[in-house]
Amino acid sequence: MKWHEKMLNIDRRWIYLILGVAVIVPAVVSFHVPVNVTPEVRRVYDFIEDLKPGDIFYVGIDYDPASLAELHPMAYAILDQCFRKDIKPVVATLSQFGAGMAEQVLSEVAAEYGKESGIDYCYLGYKPYPAITIMLMGVDFRVPFPQDYYGTPIDSIPMMRYVHNFDDLKGVISLSAGTSSEFWIIYGYGRYFMPLALGVTGVMAADYYPYLQSGQIFGLISGIKGAAEYEALTEYKGEGLKSIPYQTASHVVILAFIIVSNIGYFASRRSKK
Amino acid sequence: MRRQIPLYIVLVSGIVFVIQFFIPSHESEFIFEYGQDWVMVIGILALPLGIWSYLRKTWLTAVKKPKERFFAGVSLFGFAIMMLTGLKRESLMAGSLYMELFEYVLIPIQATIFSLLAFYIASAAYRAFRARSVIATMLLGTAFIVMLRLIPLGPISDLNQALVGWILSVPNMAAKRGLLIGIGLGAIATCIKIILGIERTYLGRD
Amino acid sequence: MTTVELLWNGLAAFLTLCIFSFLYKDNPFYKFAEQLVAGVALGYWTMLLYHTTFTDKVLIPIFQQGKLHYILPTIMGIMMWTRFSKKLAYLSRIAIAFYIGVGTGVALPLYMYNYVFRQLQATVVPLQFSWLGLNSLLMVTFVTCTLFYFFFSKEHKGTFGGLSKVGIYTLMAGFGASFGLTVMGRVALLVQRIIFLREYFIALFGS
Repeated sequence: MKWHEKMLNIDRRWIYLILGVAVIVPAVVSFHVPVNVTPEVRRVYDFIEDLKPGDIFYVGIDYDPASLAELHPMAYAILDQCFRKDIKPVVATLSQFGAGMAEQVLSEVAAEYGKESGIDYCYLGYKPYPAITIMLMGVDFRVPFPQDYYGTPIDSIPMMRYVHNFDDLKGVISLSAGTSSEFWIIYGYGRYFMPLALGVTGVMAADYYPYLQSGQIFGLISGIKGAAEYEALTEYKGEGLKSIPYQTASHVVILAFIIVSNIGYFASRRSKK
Repeated sequence: MRRQIPLYIVLVSGIVFVIQFFIPSHESEFIFEYGQDWVMVIGILALPLGIWSYLRKTWLTAVKKPKERFFAGVSLFGFAIMMLTGLKRESLMAGSLYMELFEYVLIPIQATIFSLLAFYIASAAYRAFRARSVIATMLLGTAFIVMLRLIPLGPISDLNQALVGWILSVPNMAAKRGLLIGIGLGAIATCIKIILGIERTYLGRD
Repeated sequence: MTTVELLWNGLAAFLTLCIFSFLYKDNPFYKFAEQLVAGVALGYWTMLLYHTTFTDKVLIPIFQQGKLHYILPTIMGIMMWTRFSKKLAYLSRIAIAFYIGVGTGVALPLYMYNYVFRQLQATVVPLQFSWLGLNSLLMVTFVTCTLFYFFFSKEHKGTFGGLSKVGIYTLMAGFGASFGLTVMGRVALLVQRIIFLREYFIALFGS
């Protein structure tokens, strides 16, 4: 077998091993990678930064553990910014496993700032069928969420006394890994025209640029890099910035794989001619 | 009649809710609110179908397939534990056994299952990502430039970041917009076919 | 970390390594973790649905608040269960029909607005003599050529073929960008697990 044939037919487990070693390198040898902030992330940061204490802002934790790596850092950074500025977030989740993760984020970040449920934030909980829930939230939060996650009727929550629907909020950000992002644009912005931003995984990010350019969303936080950018802006020490050196090492290896495999491919093509 | 009545229901409700969008009145909003609320309640009661299907299938696997009995038993055990620990509403709060099992069993396993994709994408990048033609080279080149943005390139980092920004907001945006318009027109056609009863696959077979 | 946290995180680390073992080959540890998560996930979701959805939207409104108008959708929802009966399966179609009818009626104008009108409106922008104007011109060209590519009722030859080729190159640029971001996204999932394992083992051997 020629060298290029051996190279092209390598057992995939060697590839897994090389990638595994590359990802572990930054765990042993730490290095810093600068993160530049993109305009679409800065717009989200500036929007929340310009809100006044007491303003109410909706944060949707619409993802599950499969997307925890990319979206959880965004949730921490955004809620930290809200609590730091005394903005009152209304949090809900349209993902079945998001409920537990939203509870985890809220209980940790709210405890750091001494914030109280019902007064400084409201956690509505989970409802299935995102499209229907979004449309009903636009009518009145009390329709899909008669009680909050802890079983307290919405009418008896002090923070929600004068909050009925999206008109009473300053804006909405949804952190989502699936179709919820699309539903927020179609059924949320499409009916109620509230200021809407999205935090999405890297896999989906490229698909949302048309909505950004058309103005249907005012900001877009894309993947782990977006989370790192947001942490850099808010100066929040989270998992986003911590992950970037590992990302760099992995990307170098994957790019090397692409170069090496193409060298083998062209050598193979030349030898066949 | 068994197939006609549902078709009439789809026709009437579909037309009512299309017209409702264009009528800004209290009565119109009333119809919208109650229609959506009822659909949510119907949907909530339909969800146990999926739960029952999975439990039935797992139970039958445990009974009829001795080789898979242990693993089917593990699945049923996991289900039973969560049911027992989550009986009270207070279990939904952080710190309960129900939430600890969610955090230390469900989250790590689900996150790790999806993390295997990183290895598969590396393998796919090595085996399949070849510059076979002009089109493939364009795809490869664009992906290469986008992946470079997480690598510090010294003096050309700023150029790379600007190039990636341009690629995402002009050609990528244009391509995705073209796809969106096509998908939107297709979705609109499908909605019209469903409302008019041309598309009937949701009725199933007799 | 406290001893209890170490034990819980130890369980999480063990299950993580069980899943990673699949990279070598399928084995009983992987199958164990896979089946466990299926059961735990279903159990978690069932209780969450019961407490936050079924109780809040069905039990409390009907039995505590006397909102009897919820009885009809409840009956329609129960009719969905007749799918399991060969004799009564036709009843489930009524509930499904209502669900589908309302859903498509609401979606139709929204799809038209969001997917077509807003996208076309944002494409047709005033042109200027500047870098922004050049980008706008390129955007209009690329969108039009992409739409030309998807028009299969005419053969892609001559001028039409040339424009379709620009369309396919635009699509390839879009897919390349998507692939680049997908790599970042997939690797991020792995990185988070590595960071978790690293912090756990440091806490374990440090303590």
